[in-house]
Amino acid sequence: MSKNTVAITGNDAAAYAIKQINPDVMAAYPITPQTALVQKFSEYVADGLVKTEFVTVESEHSAMSACVGAAAAGGRVMTATAANGLALMFEIVYIAASSKLPIVMPVVNRALSGPINIHCDHSDSMAARDSGWLQLYSENAQEAYDNTIQAIRIAENMKVRLPVMVMYDGFITSHGIEMVDFLDDEVVHNFVGDYQPNNPLLDPEKPLTYGPLDLYDYYFEHKRQQAEDIKNSKPIILDVAKEFEKISGRPYGLFESYQLEDAETAIVVLSSTAGTTKEVVDEMRAKGKKVGLLKPRVFRPFPYQEIAKALSHLKAVAILDRSDSFGAFGGPLFTEIRSAMMEFGKIPENIDIIYGLGGRDINEQDIEGVYNQLDAIAKSGKVKERIQYLGVRE
Amino acid sequence: MTTNKQKGWKEIPKGGLILEAGNSEKYETGSWRSLRPVRDENKCTNCLICWVYCPDSSIIVKDGKIKKIDYDHCKGCGICAAECPVNAITMVDESEFRNEKTEKGGKK
Ligand code: SF4
Ligand code: SF4
Repeated sequence: MSKNTVAITGNDAAAYAIKQINPDVMAAYPITPQTALVQKFSEYVADGLVKTEFVTVESEHSAMSACVGAAAAGGRVMTATAANGLALMFEIVYIAASSKLPIVMPVVNRALSGPINIHCDHSDSMAARDSGWLQLYSENAQEAYDNTIQAIRIAENMKVRLPVMVMYDGFITSHGIEMVDFLDDEVVHNFVGDYQPNNPLLDPEKPLTYGPLDLYDYYFEHKRQQAEDIKNSKPIILDVAKEFEKISGRPYGLFESYQLEDAETAIVVLSSTAGTTKEVVDEMRAKGKKVGLLKPRVFRPFPYQEIAKALSHLKAVAILDRSDSFGAFGGPLFTEIRSAMMEFGKIPENIDIIYGLGGRDINEQDIEGVYNQLDAIAKSGKVKERIQYLGVRE
Repeated sequence: MTTNKQKGWKEIPKGGLILEAGNSEKYETGSWRSLRPVRDENKCTNCLICWVYCPDSSIIVKDGKIKKIDYDHCKGCGICAAECPVNAITMVDESEFRNEKTEKGGKK
């Protein structure tokens, strides 16, 4: 075990990543379950361990506004939030992306009110999926740390220049203590490099305007640019992952496949539930069942072609959504994947399992039950119920 | 209104940025106007009070005298007419000028 391995919470791991990144400005408001991250980082500021200008604000709307101002001025800027905090900053979240400001923001996934709840689901970040930010989902504290560092390089790439959200599960990952391998400060400094501002407002030689009125004559063209830039970030995400593997030994891609290649049935699920699912896959594989897992890491830009291809050989697949899209034909992950399969692959039988809302636990028996259901679907070719709710009392 | 002369999405600065300073003149706000300030040269004493008050720098002065009102940018707010001490400016409905052409195409 290397000397940099520590037992630490997801929040402390993300705060440590931000300390090593040492951004010019961090403007953040504490909100459960992200609070410990901001608290830890403010300790680093108070102890003089970072050069960051820490802006304490009165709300998340102000936090993101300060970030937009600081990033437009020409600084490397970060913040962090969760749930209702993300909802409160929503207006400015869109402005950050449309102004092409490479802000990096951990989002500690928590259920959106109401009724008010502080536990994990993905309704907060899924609501922001159309905001123009890139979205990376992390299974555990290690991935939260690694994704936060990689997000800086992805966001700041001159071909991308877009903000990135790094998600990890509230309480499960944010407060659970796990083993995390930290890189040396020097290695992270070299990896993220010096910040290269692009059109900084604080350049008196080149006065320019951010955020002018943009009506029916040019707004559409600017939106078209955004669509292109986020699409073009895919190869950059992979390049950054390759470089990151060189310094860390940890491989990353657009998604992770686990026992998927020869699987007959599989589950697709984001974040910490993927960890539980790997255990179930191991147990069922030991009994000779050909089950697998696909864990998307990048949700925006959505790797639709790659995921559809990776699932095309299956007999049946269950897509697990930790958020609902009320009134839609399934949760957000399901609708994306089912739509992608229509275009690019042979289409395995598919079901959507909406689970875990507001922190409702999902255990190994639940997941084994999903695989057993997939087995029955694969044998009969029949789907009784396409969209299902798992773990809710009837 | 959009025209074929306007640039496509590959040709414009990203993020809605405007990369040059002092460009607001290029935005012809005159098309917003519904009432037009018309100055009576015979009444006007060239006191320049309207020039001071105009929020859109649309009163054009040369050699200490009012030269013209810039209808490509005047939004027709009526402040000049309200402030003129000798009531030399009248606000006239734009429909009266429907068939007239302005220099650069403001409100026609
Ligand atoms: S109407 Fe308003 S904008 Fe037009 S010239 Fe008078 S003060 Fe200026
Ligand atoms: S305020 Fe009236 S009198 Fe004075 S310059 Fe303007 S139009 Fe002429």
